[in-house]
Amino acid sequence: MPQSPVIHTENLRKEFGPKVAVADLTLQVEEGEIFGFLGPNGAGKTTSMKMLLGLTAPTSGAATLLGQPLGDRRARARIGFLPEHFRFHEWLTAAEFLDLHGRLYGMEQSARRQVIPHLLELVGLADRAGTRLSAFSKGMLQRIGLAQALLNEPKLVFLDEPTSGLDPLGRRLVRSIINGLRQEGTAVFLNSHLLSEIELTCDRVAFIREGKILRVTSLAQLDDEDVHVRLRVGAPDASLVDGLQQFGSNIQLESGDGLGLVTLNVSHERSLPQIAQWLVSEGYNLYELSPQRLSLEERFIQIIGDRLTE
Amino acid sequence: MMDLGRTVTTVYNIALLTIRETQRRRILWVALLMGILFLLIFGLGFHYILADIQGAAGFRSRSDAQLTEIIANFLTLTGLYVINFLVIVIAALLSAGSISGEVESHTIDTTVTKPIHRWEVIAGKWLGFVVILALYLLLLAGGVLLIAYGRSGYLLQNVPAGLGLMLLGILTMLSLSILGGTRLSTLANGALAFMLYATAFIGGWVEQIGALLRNETAVDLGIASSLIMPADVLWKKASILFQPRIMGSVDIPAPFVVTSQPNDAVVVYGMLYAVILLLLALWSFSRRDL
Repeated sequence: MPQSPVIHTENLRKEFGPKVAVADLTLQVEEGEIFGFLGPNGAGKTTSMKMLLGLTAPTSGAATLLGQPLGDRRARARIGFLPEHFRFHEWLTAAEFLDLHGRLYGMEQSARRQVIPHLLELVGLADRAGTRLSAFSKGMLQRIGLAQALLNEPKLVFLDEPTSGLDPLGRRLVRSIINGLRQEGTAVFLNSHLLSEIELTCDRVAFIREGKILRVTSLAQLDDEDVHVRLRVGAPDASLVDGLQQFGSNIQLESGDGLGLVTLNVSHERSLPQIAQWLVSEGYNLYELSPQRLSLEERFIQIIGDRLTE
Repeated sequence: MMDLGRTVTTVYNIALLTIRETQRRRILWVALLMGILFLLIFGLGFHYILADIQGAAGFRSRSDAQLTEIIANFLTLTGLYVINFLVIVIAALLSAGSISGEVESHTIDTTVTKPIHRWEVIAGKWLGFVVILALYLLLLAGGVLLIAYGRSGYLLQNVPAGLGLMLLGILTMLSLSILGGTRLSTLANGALAFMLYATAFIGGWVEQIGALLRNETAVDLGIASSLIMPADVLWKKASILFQPRIMGSVDIPAPFVVTSQPNDAVVVYGMLYAVILLLLALWSFSRRDL
């Protein structure tokens, strides 16, 4: 049976008066996928998520969540959501807060009793079950909010900047929780501008700027592309540079200690063995062939641009 | 049918949450404490005023007994008048920021993304506030009536119906401020609710004075203002129900005695007002962006 996407959107658009917050959101997130949503501040990430969650009505376009139209309650019963502004009813204790949201999910008391201690344990707040949220630190609030998003064993979890209030240990905890969700086949839609987080957790990413999706790609594919290669070759000559033209661009040659130091950009990883074969067949001595991949931050700037918006 | 069951459960859960919030944020305790203080002062005042009158008159003749009744009636009605005003103000204060505050802080986001209808959240809050306000009204008004009865043996007439009308007036204020809260900021909503109440209040005076002077324009103006916000006119209706016939012969100034008598239709109007504004609130909140 073919898997149906957990999120499917077509030309979703949101205008606030004359301001276009999201111009065209067309994307698909598959079951069990960890999907990163990347973009600078004000790019429309949060508005996009709010449309998917039914908090904000799209101006135009169509979308389904778990196969149901936006706002459908059957779909909402199977999603979890940790908002960017993790403000909750702070006069509740941690356990009461989870119990309330379990009730709102329509969970039976027995199910709530079973899952709440487990979740408190998972987010490291088991010893704070009876503490009111008003006494919680920012990081603790974010963690209890995360527990709230997992109450109903969701098929899809929306996390809006889930590590913004967390210290390195807290971030590691969130990463391990996301990895746990991946193993259970739960899809995660992750909004973040912490590129290192995305790099460590996501399968695919979408780059968004000014309300438009610029590119959707898997991180593995990004790794393969646009590889910067460094070669050290014995006895370099003019035909070396000419010959390398067929594999890549931006070829630079520096000579020193009798070896030629060549750098070039190739469009895909599969060029690497071809370069090695060609060099050997042409009789060059190959001392070094090292691919250097761009970090996600460099990719981000390459795709989004380094211009500050608004 | 299952859907109805879910709705009832959700509304009940939100109502319970609303009541627990007033308790946890110590609103309930402060209000209770102040209510007890109010009753204490009322009781002492009632006692000493009555003692003074009875002592001076010697309390022998029939007209003295009638004077006692008049004073007891006046004091009881004054007490209820203040309570009515107080509970209306509390209704507005409690509810004005209840929705807008959660929207502004985004606390509402995690609630309404659950598998529930948005309107169920509003209905639940409304219900929670109704329970709190009704109990508070019953406590304060019951206290005043008991004190008056215990000290003087005097009891207003039509107590359940009159209290019902007071509660209806309070509910019109509650629905108004809940509706405002679905779209306005807390401060704007509070200002709106209080200003409409004040407008109806002053309109009520204009109507009474207009009736004394037989000025129809003034009376119409008063009626129009009570259509905008009927809480005050419902109090007037209640006060007529409470008052025994002897009051007709005594000159006591408004707002305790009513010259221009509200039509019975105000009761129906009040009910429609409370219900329709609540329905509008449910609709308005379901349709807004959060």
